[in-house]
Amino acid sequence: MAKPMKVRARNADGVTDVRILMRHDMESGQRKNSDGDIIPAHHIQNVTVRHQQKVVLFAQWGPAVSKNPYLAFKFEGGTPGDPIEVTWVDNKGDSRTDETMIK
Amino acid sequence: MDLERRTFVRTAGSAGILAFLVARGFLTVGDARADLWNKPAFDAESLEDAIDILVNSPAAESPEVVIVAPEIAENGAVVPVGVVAKLDGVESIAILCEKNPHPLAAIYEIPPGTLADVKTRVKMAETSHVVVLVKAGGRIHMARKEIKVTRGGCGG
Repeated sequence: MAKPMKVRARNADGVTDVRILMRHDMESGQRKNSDGDIIPAHHIQNVTVRHQQKVVLFAQWGPAVSKNPYLAFKFEGGTPGDPIEVTWVDNKGDSRTDETMIK
Repeated sequence: MDLERRTFVRTAGSAGILAFLVARGFLTVGDARADLWNKPAFDAESLEDAIDILVNSPAAESPEVVIVAPEIAENGAVVPVGVVAKLDGVESIAILCEKNPHPLAAIYEIPPGTLADVKTRVKMAETSHVVVLVKAGGRIHMARKEIKVTRGGCGG
């Protein structure tokens, strides 16, 4: 059900630059539907990024992160061909894992 | 027929399996904390309350913490916010939007080897300060930057 992420990882000068685009409504819990009822919050809570089993970034998110979230960060090391694995879990228990290889 | 065995399997439970996987090295610490979410801090309705829950020591404004964000955001639903901390031993970074209904937007844990350089996009309800807290070497460093929002990103 959860839609795939786009994950890009590129190594230059010993530093790997990771860019992730996720697809998620990130419903804020502040909006109302046409009947005036509040639409319940639905958002990613945790993001874990791993390089060869090692966690290189762990995030906690609230509903204030934008719809279809973007996340970019850098870590030292990483070799072209190494796998990068990204997992998110939302507040309804949905999750999604996608993988890419460092270029 | 197979009831006794089934009962055993159920009692063995997921906690036991998780402990086994961690012991065998299949999972890293990050997995054991996969449900970690600071609910009180995300539920806080004012900047002061959120900061109080996140840090228990006073935060000093630091020129070493740089917020990379536009001064004017036309669309409050998508405000790019980057944080770069020129400090050693950064452990975590928190991003808060002062006047949002729930100011805390994101917390990043930075393991050794990961640079203190993250970018995200956040929603801002109205013009206000973005506040960033960085924990490095056991101390809290803070930065704030005002972002003018032409169109809010929370209502609807």
